[in-house]
Amino acid sequence: MTSKFWRGLAVLLVIAGLMCVASCAKKPVVSEPAVTPAAEEEAEAKRLAAEREARAAQKALEEERLREERLREQAMLRKEMAERERFLNEDIHFEFDKSRLLSEAKEILKVKAKWLRARPDVSAIIEGHCDERGTNEYNIALGDRRAHSAKGFLIDLGIAGERLTPISYGEERPVDPGHNEEAWAKNRRAHFVIQ
Amino acid sequence: MSIGCKKLKRSHLGLIFVVFITLVACSNRPCQARVYIDINAPYLRKIPTAIPIFKDMASVQSHAQFGKMLSELLTETVKFMGFFKILDRESFIEDPPKARFLEHTINFKNWTDIGAELLIKGGFEYKADLLQVELRLLDTFGGRLIVGRRYTGRPEDHRRIIHRFCDEIILRLTGHPGIFSTRIALVSTTTGNKEIFIADFDGYNPKQFTNTGTITLFPAWSSDGKWLAYTDYRHGKPELFIRNIKEERGTVVGLEGSSITPAWIPGRFALAASLSHEGNPAIYLLSGNGKIMKKLTRYWGIDVAPAWSPDGKEFAFVSNRSGSPQIYIKNVEDGSVRRLTYEGRYNTSPQWSPRGNYIAYVGLANGKSDIYLIGTDGKGPIQLTRDAGDNESPTWSPDGSLIAFSSTREGPSRVYVMNANGTNQRRLLLLEGNQTNPSWSPRLTGD
Repeated sequence: MTSKFWRGLAVLLVIAGLMCVASCAKKPVVSEPAVTPAAEEEAEAKRLAAEREARAAQKALEEERLREERLREQAMLRKEMAERERFLNEDIHFEFDKSRLLSEAKEILKVKAKWLRARPDVSAIIEGHCDERGTNEYNIALGDRRAHSAKGFLIDLGIAGERLTPISYGEERPVDPGHNEEAWAKNRRAHFVIQ
Repeated sequence: MSIGCKKLKRSHLGLIFVVFITLVACSNRPCQARVYIDINAPYLRKIPTAIPIFKDMASVQSHAQFGKMLSELLTETVKFMGFFKILDRESFIEDPPKARFLEHTINFKNWTDIGAELLIKGGFEYKADLLQVELRLLDTFGGRLIVGRRYTGRPEDHRRIIHRFCDEIILRLTGHPGIFSTRIALVSTTTGNKEIFIADFDGYNPKQFTNTGTITLFPAWSSDGKWLAYTDYRHGKPELFIRNIKEERGTVVGLEGSSITPAWIPGRFALAASLSHEGNPAIYLLSGNGKIMKKLTRYWGIDVAPAWSPDGKEFAFVSNRSGSPQIYIKNVEDGSVRRLTYEGRYNTSPQWSPRGNYIAYVGLANGKSDIYLIGTDGKGPIQLTRDAGDNESPTWSPDGSLIAFSSTREGPSRVYVMNANGTNQRRLLLLEGNQTNPSWSPRLTGD
């Protein structure tokens, strides 16, 4: 019985040993592919993520640059527009029955001259206007003189006369329809229009 | 009293025929020599005048309203001159005569008793679709016929028939032809743009003449009444246009700058205008075809608004050569220039009286524009409008007895008319919008 027991134990042990060997031998074979691809994936993912991040950063940077460029462009455009608007909207004003340029008018004309100098292909109409007082025929002549005063000053500042066309409207096109000094002061003007 | 038909004349008015009626008793003495109305007198006494309702010579009942209308038209027409005080028909002693108009004998005492110094009688008749109107102007105190006419025309010619007889009345009473064949051009904003309209002398039947869709200004009639010069902005700047009134033809003077204030030389197909194509507004002489003939004024500032003397030897104009707009006169024969206005800081829009001795103009004082009259020798000035808005653009009737002008006295600018001494101011016509720059035509013949 004892020898049977030991023989059996030995067999069991052998089996167990075999099993153990088998399992030990098998284990790396099983576990090897499980461990190695996961790490690679992780690294790859990290790399991709980093790459994405880098790309995103790059893109953000690019976008930032573009945005700034756009903003700069917009700002320039706005400035350009503002300067153009100013050229068109900033009228010079005159005293009643006078066509001489006031100092304020000369300052405005200097800005207009600078603007015109930077844009040699632009030609302008200089409209001469009057307030409603006095007679409409004399006011056309007066508006003519006002437009010519502005033209003469711009020529002195180096703008070619051919680029400037004076047209008088006399009292026919008031900006302010009122019948008071405030309206009259606004209406006695030279107004610029791009041709 | 008998009637003699002296002559039968084909008139300028197309279908209208005129028969001259005179009295045998009158043909032996110079009955036309007397001037009843001196239009040069500074103050006119209005002559009391009776105008009974015109008689239907065929006695057709349905024509009664037409007779009333004709007599009212004649009344309004002669009243326009401001020479007559038309008596109320209620005061008339004489009943509408029962007898036929032609045979009726006038009892002048019935008219002198009510104070009538002049009597205008009329009768009419339809004959084969033609209207026959007989009209007589009588001196009640002298008991005589001053002028009588019989007109035959189409019924729609009745306005022209009445106007023609009124022209006769004025010629006989003043020694100067009447103005009832004249018209008035003016600028109106009726369409929303400034366009030229042309109406009869009394503002009747205004018709749009230009269709520029922009600003149109300064209409000016040639002295034969066939051409109208004006300024418009249809090409974006104030250019001068010379247009034949009846035909679709004309000239554009397409110069740079402002081409404004045309003024035709009396009796010539030529005009003066202010042009700024050489830099500053100066006055030039142009042919009626728009060709520049000569520069008439030389000054570096503003010269504008020429107005010719009736003999075409001188013109008044506005210049700022003394610092503010004043009126000057240039003699085109000797080239001399003299300043006319000294009162006030702003005197513009001169218009030379067709009778030669006065210039009407606009003066601006205390912010208000008014019409003034000054002798060509500098005598005066006399203020014709006051305390009635802004008054601008005077224009003379061709007989020099009336002045039309624009005024803002009722708010919007409208056209008014007054006697040359400033009396009898009244509105000429009512149109939508604002009316400015009236321009009185010469006497026009035909239609």
